[in-house]
Amino acid sequence: MSRQASRASESKKMNSELFTLTYGALVTQLCKDYENDEEVNKQLDKMGYNIGVRLIEDFLARSSVGRCHDFRETADVIAKVAFKMYLGITPSVTNWSPAGDEFSLILESNPLVDFVELPDNHSGLVYSNLLCGVLRGALEMVQMAVDVKFAQDTLRGDNVTEIRMKFIKRIEENLPAGEE
Amino acid sequence: VAGLAVFNRKMSVIHFFLKENGRCITRLENMGFRVGQGLIERFTKDTARFKDELDVMKFICKDFWTSVFKKQIDNLRTNHQGIYVLQDNKFRLLTQMSAGKQYLEHAPRYLAFTCGMVRGGLSNLGVKSIVTAEVSVMPACKVKFGFLQKLK
Repeated sequence: MSRQASRASESKKMNSELFTLTYGALVTQLCKDYENDEEVNKQLDKMGYNIGVRLIEDFLARSSVGRCHDFRETADVIAKVAFKMYLGITPSVTNWSPAGDEFSLILESNPLVDFVELPDNHSGLVYSNLLCGVLRGALEMVQMAVDVKFAQDTLRGDNVTEIRMKFIKRIEENLPAGEE
Repeated sequence: VAGLAVFNRKMSVIHFFLKENGRCITRLENMGFRVGQGLIERFTKDTARFKDELDVMKFICKDFWTSVFKKQIDNLRTNHQGIYVLQDNKFRLLTQMSAGKQYLEHAPRYLAFTCGMVRGGLSNLGVKSIVTAEVSVMPACKVKFGFLQKLK
């Protein structure tokens, strides 16, 4: 009886881990392929970007959020809708710059890093850097150029995980040549 | 219910992960292998040793497949000589793509990952195997495995 019960709860644990383990396998593969952490970070960002430019469509189709009127609204949608939808977490939005063009997302937990420890020889690795690329790619598709990076990372010994997002500029839609 | 929605979204994201690594099938298989090892490690640490091949197969088909893909497999066949064919008619990694021929060429990368996963899981259970898969009609897939040695 207790054996069945423990199997059921183990089973629940296992399916949330497919995601974490797949990401881990991806990062491990990149570490094997590239010489140093900087390169891996770049690759993760690039991969994330490619994912983000397509994920935005999935997001817009499933969330039915309308166009955001300003960067504050964008921040809320990212934290409360997007993160919730794809990662099952809701980071808090804080540390707004006076100009309102920069803010932080504070993540209490990060499903990508469950049970992950960085070995000593990879102290420069930004393990979850894929997320930065995803955010950048997705926002570019809705005409926002942003800079995204990890300001703090629990994997590297910080108390919290903090993603800093800065609005660079609005991207004007390019019309094909010949149109007004 | 909320859990299932997040699971489905995570499946979409896994899709994207695999697409980005799609160029090399061996690479995907290796990634899957690592994932399979990790999954089995966590899942079986408190369970008793498997007593024979059938016990291992039952585990793969029921517990393993169900926890990873949230559904049972639809069919299992064996030739009673160490070869098993498992069939999943609505394979979760393929249901994200529309049924029809256009995506059939991409299916192998998802299968390679899954084969690696099963092979990795079996490997951590002490079993060496060869695992292959095929898709004939989306989204159904067949995973075929052969045990390379008798279970001790």
